[in-house]
Amino acid sequence: MNSMNKSHQHDRRDKGGPHCQSLPAHGARRRRLVAGAASAAGLYAAAKGFSLVELAMAKSADQAASSLTRWGLLIDAAKCASGCDACVSGCNSEHNLEKFDRPESDPQWIRKLDLVDRQTGHASSLPMLCQHCENPPCVDVCPTGASFKRADGIVLVDKHTCIGCRYCVIACPYKARSFVHETLHNQKSYSPRGKGTVESCTFCVHRIDQDPPAGQTGRLPACVEACHADGNGAMVFGDLNDQNSAIAVRLKTRPSRQVRADLGLNTGVRYQHV
Amino acid sequence: MRDQYQELKCSRPDYRISVVVLLILMVCGYAAARYIGHHGHWVTGMNNQIVWGLPHVFAILLILAASGVLHIASISSVFGQQAYAPWARLSALLSICLLLGGLVVLVLDLGRPERLMVAMTHYNFKSVFAWNIFLYSGFVVVVIACLYTMFEPGMNNHIGKAGLIVFIWRLVLTSATGSIFGFLVARQFYGAAMMVPIFIVLSLVLGTAVFILLGRIVSLWGGNPIEDRLLVRLGKWMAAFVALELLLVTVFHLTNLYMAEHHGVEKFILRHGGIHTVLFWFGQILTGAIAPLVMIYLTRLGDALKGVMAASVLTIAGAIAQLYVTIIGGQAWPLELFPGKNVSSSFYDGVVASYAPSLAEFMLGVGGLALALLLIIGAMRVLPFLPDNRIHKTG
Repeated sequence: MNSMNKSHQHDRRDKGGPHCQSLPAHGARRRRLVAGAASAAGLYAAAKGFSLVELAMAKSADQAASSLTRWGLLIDAAKCASGCDACVSGCNSEHNLEKFDRPESDPQWIRKLDLVDRQTGHASSLPMLCQHCENPPCVDVCPTGASFKRADGIVLVDKHTCIGCRYCVIACPYKARSFVHETLHNQKSYSPRGKGTVESCTFCVHRIDQDPPAGQTGRLPACVEACHADGNGAMVFGDLNDQNSAIAVRLKTRPSRQVRADLGLNTGVRYQHV
Repeated sequence: MRDQYQELKCSRPDYRISVVVLLILMVCGYAAARYIGHHGHWVTGMNNQIVWGLPHVFAILLILAASGVLHIASISSVFGQQAYAPWARLSALLSICLLLGGLVVLVLDLGRPERLMVAMTHYNFKSVFAWNIFLYSGFVVVVIACLYTMFEPGMNNHIGKAGLIVFIWRLVLTSATGSIFGFLVARQFYGAAMMVPIFIVLSLVLGTAVFILLGRIVSLWGGNPIEDRLLVRLGKWMAAFVALELLLVTVFHLTNLYMAEHHGVEKFILRHGGIHTVLFWFGQILTGAIAPLVMIYLTRLGDALKGVMAASVLTIAGAIAQLYVTIIGGQAWPLELFPGKNVSSSFYDGVVASYAPSLAEFMLGVGGLALALLLIIGAMRVLPFLPDNRIHKTG
């Protein structure tokens, strides 16, 4: 949304500039035509899904993460179907989280939870992943500082300094971290992993840090993309600090909750209709 | 008259057999570590549900015993009971070697043990684990310094000061070990400041029991066994520590039972936790607390060496059970992500995690224990840690 605003501002500047006035009439008509088509496309996109998904406003790849941004994810449990695991498949495929048929030790970065209220019997379903806390317990307990939080709120593991003590796995209130129990094959170059180290959801930093092609917005995490392509559009990703972003507007106007809010971690992932 | 000490010179068959058995166990432990390192941790019983297992029970057992066994040196250097002074050297030696054995197990169980240097050079000082690395290595240094004041005649005047520093250091060290669990807010069974005093007293319980057994055996090998009366008196100390530990554990569970949010995990540990419930009641409480207390305070066994040694064995068995229940049982109980809701998933949410230790991880733990005992024997052979007969008779 932010990127859209900026691109509109850019258009206005062009129109008001002296360069614009010297254009021949057919050139002006062509510009109006293009602008009209762009507006129509924009309206279509907005109708299609902009109310649910805010395309990430990526920074330049050589720019450091900034605390002006706080990446967040909103999950609408009312739209998340019990049998659907599009987000899980999208994540597994993006990071090549291969399975060794050992479900107790195979890493899971994102998993589907089915909930049933003990008193009322109300059932719901939602994905659980690293909550990218503002005060992450995993970062607090890591002896070497391998677990760290970026300025933009994304919690990551430095695979070069992780010694595999697993203290962060025990410390995470969401069981969102996994220890790699065996040798891995066919790793993705953008998502390095390693036997004997701990890993978890990265919010697909390799995607959101990418320089978007000129005139386009940044990419979304694989789970969000998969949720919209193959699931029910239950996920909204964006900048919590941008008051105009879809996620910020949704969070401001409708009730949401953090999981284990009692711990005071101020999670970057929020849930609605749980 | 200055105390005289001697190196260990022993040719008894039980000594030789013990050394051979310990060597075999240590090699087996090393082989187990290589096996786990080569294949990955999936060959152990540990997994992403129970991430700390038997190696951590062994490691923490050895580390707590290391801190507690120094109590014997503190009795003379800090509390002024000179009857124990001749055994202060042995107490310090046991302490260093047990700690090293425990640390070796911890390091070899790491996912990346070859990155030990990373752990020694990259510190996150908000992590109590990082503090432990600092405290453990510092502990070895201060105990060696304390030993120096004991070995060097010109430094003997400083034994009291060095002993006080070591006394404070080990209290801080054991506090930090308890804090590993005390600082875990995520788990229902942890995240309690009570973990700190529980671990401090458990270290005193373990250390005293270990000294009664190990001290007696190695001093017997040296031809100058620790006097019965000293060990019987230590048995009284041990029983007092056991009683205090029982009180702390009772307060811990009663506090949990008072809070509805902990009812689930308390019912699990106390009533229907399978192996954890059995180990809690029959291991930790009955074998590790009630039986030694009855033996030492209510029967004549408490006044006889054999009775005290038997009580020490039971106490150590109870401490192992306590650590197993704390470390494994605490992880086995599922996380409370959504209180009031039943949760299920492909990652075992909402269900009690199972743990079946493999031979490899058991051998890794035993190997660390064997290494500690071999270090003790090796050090005693090259340096005079044991008081000689003359001092024994006059001391």
